[in-house]
Amino acid sequence: MLKSRLTIPFLILTLTLFSTMLARATFEDAAKPAGTSAKSARVARGEYLVWFGGCNDCHTPWKMGPRGPEQDFSRRLSGHPADLVMPPAPALPPGPWAMTAAGTMTAWAGPWGVSFTANLTPDKETGLGDWTEEMFIATMKTGRHQGKGRALLPPMPYFNVRELSDEDIKSVFAYLQSIPAIHNKVPVPIDPEEPAQ
Amino acid sequence: MLQGIAASFFLAAAVSASHIPSGPPRLLSETGLYAGNGTRTIDSANRPFSPQYPLWSDGAAKSRWVRLPEDATIDARLVDRWDFPAGTRFWKEFRFGDRKVETRYLRKNTDGSWTFASYAWNEAQTDAILAPDAGLPNVAEIGPGRFHSIPAITDCRACHVPSEAAPGSGASRTEILGFSALQLSTDRDPGALHAEPLADGMVTLRTLHDERTLAPARPELVTTPPRIQAPDARTRSVLGYLSTNCGSCHNQDSSIANLGLRLKAPATLPHAAPPRAVPPHLPISLFSTTSKWEIPHAPAGESRYVTPGTPDLSAILVRMKSRRPSTQMPPLGTVLHDKEAIALVTEWIESLAPGT
Repeated sequence: MLKSRLTIPFLILTLTLFSTMLARATFEDAAKPAGTSAKSARVARGEYLVWFGGCNDCHTPWKMGPRGPEQDFSRRLSGHPADLVMPPAPALPPGPWAMTAAGTMTAWAGPWGVSFTANLTPDKETGLGDWTEEMFIATMKTGRHQGKGRALLPPMPYFNVRELSDEDIKSVFAYLQSIPAIHNKVPVPIDPEEPAQ
Repeated sequence: MLQGIAASFFLAAAVSASHIPSGPPRLLSETGLYAGNGTRTIDSANRPFSPQYPLWSDGAAKSRWVRLPEDATIDARLVDRWDFPAGTRFWKEFRFGDRKVETRYLRKNTDGSWTFASYAWNEAQTDAILAPDAGLPNVAEIGPGRFHSIPAITDCRACHVPSEAAPGSGASRTEILGFSALQLSTDRDPGALHAEPLADGMVTLRTLHDERTLAPARPELVTTPPRIQAPDARTRSVLGYLSTNCGSCHNQDSSIANLGLRLKAPATLPHAAPPRAVPPHLPISLFSTTSKWEIPHAPAGESRYVTPGTPDLSAILVRMKSRRPSTQMPPLGTVLHDKEAIALVTEWIESLAPGT
């Protein structure tokens, strides 16, 4: 009798605990995708820095989910989706409003023209797959593409990343090289009109 | 103007984090360029020179000087990679019209590193003041709405340092782009674009040889002065231009060497090899490799670095013709088209037979 009286509450408690654990796991999975199994200390350090640094905020496209905006981790760190062709950026009236952004957080328009967040996955054709560690460090330290090319455009906060130690930047690169490669050819930046000469 | 705003807009944080370097002197007059006592007379120990393939700097008139420590020699064991003694100094003055705008300064330190500095001239033209590490945008208007900017030290290093050394592994190798065996050769290219006259007293390879400044002596650099191997005069001039304006980044020693574009011409002695349609230092891939940067509106897979016979499908030329910040080549140091170079390179590509 006692056993039967306790069975239902026990089952309820068990189910409640199990549901809670499942929901939490789901939430955490949504916040941090799977694939974080055993890895080298450097890659783990890089993963920590990438999450802390908020790289996903702009390099992983956002979408509208059932609970509002959420990141589309099927496109993790792959930058602006190539299949999302942006219309011309809206013209802003004179005043303090200085830039506009796509809902994906991957396209940004301002006085510099239009910038698109880069594909940071190790895809050889469209991402960082053919980059060297030196190129990546130089990019972060100088604010120039591969350390020698065009200037990185807003809102890329390279001047924050460059404050990391070289070892930490290497860790970031190692992590980026470890994630799944996603073939996504991000559009080239759109400059202001060709200057008349 | 928008580019200036754009450049400074998001660099506000970076600029605020920069600092006035403690290494170089605060004033140009304190660097040893002038004879002293407030005079603008160049100290006689500072020798003028003129590279045969000058860098395009938006039409700026330039003067250059070098000062080597007394009795010191330049390590010239590698003909294309000179090693200068500690204490060596270089200056490069930029003028637009009759006004001095900027003087750049390089100094070799005892630890093997180089100090980079730029100085901005004052309105009175009496002296120049050390610019911040982050550079100074828009210091002089050089065309309608177009401005010369003093580069950041990182921009100087982008061209002068092929590849940054790993921390703790010693100083990064720095190249003096206008003072090399090819640039000082007495076999000067008569077709070199924007060539500056070689005046009496300017340092050349002969000067360095006669004064026993090179070690080892390398008399062959005087008896058979270096020149770019090329099948014709126009190709020679084009390759010289590309070597200076592109080759400082696009070379085999650069951190971006894996891009496969190598445009820096070696100081190849004449007759070292018979002339050929494609000079040996240029990879054949120049004419067959598809550029990762796609020419707008070009058919897929047709954006080669150089498409013989077709300038509009030659990525190098298309980017030379742009001054959009994200497209232009070179990516820094110029805001005005080099019209003479565009015309010369266009003619050159048109003259190349398909299948070259």
